[in-house]
Amino acid sequence: MKNKISTLWLLLVLCLVFLLVACNGSESTEPEDTTEQTNEETEETNESVPQVLVFGRGGDSVSLDPAIVTDGESFKVTENIFETLLDFGEQDTTVHPGLAKEWEVSEDGLTYTFKLEEGVKFHDGTDFNAEAVVKNIERWKGGAEEKFYYFHSMFKANGEDIIEEVIAEDDYTVVFKLSRPQAPFLKNLAMSPFGIASPTAFEAAGDAFGDNPVGTGPFKFVEWKRNDSITVAKNEDYWQEGLPKLDTIIFRAIPENSARLNALLAGEIDLADGINPSDVSIIEGDANLQLIERPSMNIGYLGLTNTRPPFDNVLVRQAVNHAIDKQTIVDAFYEGLAEVAVNPMPSSISGYNEEITGYEYNPEKAKELLAEAGYDGTPIELWAMPVPRPYMPDGQKIAEAIQKNLEDVGIPSSIQSVDWATYLDRANKGEFDAFLLGWTGDNGDADNFLYTLLDKDNIGSNNYAYYSNDEVHDLLISAQSEVDEEVRNELYKQAQEIIFEEAPWVPLAHSIPLLAGKKGVTDYYPHPTGSESLKNVSIQ
Amino acid sequence: MLPYIGRRCLQLIPVLLGMTFIVFLIIRAIPGDPARVILGQQASEELIVALRQQLGLDNPWYIQYFEYLKGLLTGDLGESLRTKQPIVTEIWPYLAATIELALFAMILAVVIGMNAGIISAWFQNSWFDYLAMIIALIGVSMPIFWLGLMEQWAFSINLGWLPTSGREDVRAPVEAITHFYLIDTLIQGRFDQFLTTLKYLILPGIALATIPMAIIARMTRSSMLEVMRSDYIRTARAKGQKMVKVVYRHALKNALIPILTVIGLQTGLLLGGAILTETIFSWPGIGRYIYEAIGFRDYPVIQSGILVVAFMFVMINLIVDILYSAIDSRIRYN
Repeated sequence: MKNKISTLWLLLVLCLVFLLVACNGSESTEPEDTTEQTNEETEETNESVPQVLVFGRGGDSVSLDPAIVTDGESFKVTENIFETLLDFGEQDTTVHPGLAKEWEVSEDGLTYTFKLEEGVKFHDGTDFNAEAVVKNIERWKGGAEEKFYYFHSMFKANGEDIIEEVIAEDDYTVVFKLSRPQAPFLKNLAMSPFGIASPTAFEAAGDAFGDNPVGTGPFKFVEWKRNDSITVAKNEDYWQEGLPKLDTIIFRAIPENSARLNALLAGEIDLADGINPSDVSIIEGDANLQLIERPSMNIGYLGLTNTRPPFDNVLVRQAVNHAIDKQTIVDAFYEGLAEVAVNPMPSSISGYNEEITGYEYNPEKAKELLAEAGYDGTPIELWAMPVPRPYMPDGQKIAEAIQKNLEDVGIPSSIQSVDWATYLDRANKGEFDAFLLGWTGDNGDADNFLYTLLDKDNIGSNNYAYYSNDEVHDLLISAQSEVDEEVRNELYKQAQEIIFEEAPWVPLAHSIPLLAGKKGVTDYYPHPTGSESLKNVSIQ
Repeated sequence: MLPYIGRRCLQLIPVLLGMTFIVFLIIRAIPGDPARVILGQQASEELIVALRQQLGLDNPWYIQYFEYLKGLLTGDLGESLRTKQPIVTEIWPYLAATIELALFAMILAVVIGMNAGIISAWFQNSWFDYLAMIIALIGVSMPIFWLGLMEQWAFSINLGWLPTSGREDVRAPVEAITHFYLIDTLIQGRFDQFLTTLKYLILPGIALATIPMAIIARMTRSSMLEVMRSDYIRTARAKGQKMVKVVYRHALKNALIPILTVIGLQTGLLLGGAILTETIFSWPGIGRYIYEAIGFRDYPVIQSGILVVAFMFVMINLIVDILYSAIDSRIRYN
């Protein structure tokens, strides 16, 4: 027994010594390691150093089948593996050719004819052609609504399919027949969930397709270590000449914002998503780093549940709009990296009403309105988001500022918070008096903001404020099938006027989400939707 | 001994069953709906109802619970609501990652903590004793979150010695076989990767080891002090025997029982409490697996994750109990 114990101790001490050696030796072994590795790889590819980009982000993907997911982290990866028939502009949501090189729309807006790129192959060797497009649409259309969520929410209205029929006219011509005109139809087709997948692969893989995604994109799927990293490699047979420039992209999940910044500062990752506005000075102070701004397509707001007193009174809602000092909030918590919001959608979106100037910050006016409304000073509950989002960097602090503003005009409030899943659930059920929340647009269309967030159809879904107005509803519904862009914009402008008068929310800010990267990362242009293809990116 | 182990294993069954029941009730008592989280902010009420139906969430809780138990009996832990993967296959890489980190941290904690305790006891009231106990006090009270970020700042950003986060160099990934990377790299004869893996273990290892290390140091010191006051140690010291011999041959053996108890308890706590460390160091372990599942209300994953951790906790206690008799021959299990 004695011997056993002393041997055990000896082993443990040896382990410790070994560790210390490994620790101390790291400085000298590291350069050797990399040279060895580079040598090996140079021999293999007979080229210069491989272009490997490590992208650090806040969370892992849910699945790599873009058709079945709704989360942004999944689309960040699938944008590189799959391509859509149409593409968004590099940094906006204008419609450009994708896998379809040209298209025609019939005058009644019911028939869309797409000419497809020829000679494109999926990663598994299957040909990309009209038949493949038809099979993809059939897969989405035939699947359950809760599975292919985006397809049904974009291409279905009142239980009726908007895409009535899809026909492969010849190998490279596809015709879409619609049951009614849909204004944002082309923009919808450009959304990440509608990436065209290899029919051979999804028919064979079934539910496992999300683990073995096959598209036509610039990168092929290699490996997924869950909650850790996803690796994709260059598609050598990519149809666009000279692209992609990178050999490998590794998407790493680093949940904690400060830890992700640390990894960037230590040189372990090349790009970091989700930079706190308060960390801007650290990045600007580092000569090896660059700050990257994502174009803004979001809204952070204070929702006022329109069915709960005192916010069932429009005068109280207007008073709250006058009471909150938005400019100070933007300066203090967004570090100035945001635009003060006036309407429920950002000004870059077509249909934005520029004539509305918003409620000025005027506590006196607010008090008058409250008196007129007969508000009796009953305290309200003010709910603060528990998680940071690009549109709301720090819910708790913003809530504190709002609490002070409200107190100044005589509305006492207590700040409350719960975990994120519960928060959304309870907001959804209309249980909050006033709450902070926000939205990032999917396709850059006014419909995706106004109808989604404030139409009575979406109460119980995204209309957390329980705002219901028949006039607004009629305007938004007719705008959905209006093909004339100018008429359509006019309808949205009218809707915004009514919404402004009715003040269902206090729109706070349209923020600029921040990323940071190493100096050498070039041609990376973040997209306002939050996900983009990295095919043009290279490392100098 | 064997009947004892058998008896203990049988006792496990009601303990774990009770656990599943409590966890099952608690996670269903918290508000939040998996269907809503899965479908995202845009979903309509009918869709959510349809998905709940498909996931079996609209059944009464007792039916859901018995379905779950039925699965457990056949070794089926269920399927993740979020990823649709069977948990049995999904959980292993996470579990291996946590075990590797926890064992590494425990070795650090035991080696450093025990030796610091022993030296403090031997040189009681010396400067080393005071210093070690002050450090131990700081160690117990240090928030892991802060410690982790400071480690990254000092050792990765400023000194550049160690990586900030993750389990491996993603540019030269380890090919997983058993998912214990130290073992995998050795099997493949990749000694360079073995060293890299060790480097990735050090910072999270230290963060995780700090509290148990401090507790073990304090326990060892007090337990050793008690033993060293006994006659046979005094005699051995009077005979002029060397410190190492007196301590490691005579004293430690008798002081080991309470220390071992603390080590066992701490190892269990370490397993369950790895969430913070795993988050800061983006360690893809079971703590984060369960944590993320809670955010998504992924009931089967939360249940099974906690069940597996609880199972290991109980197993560690069993091992500690068995070790008692190996160390002290007066302890018998009849």
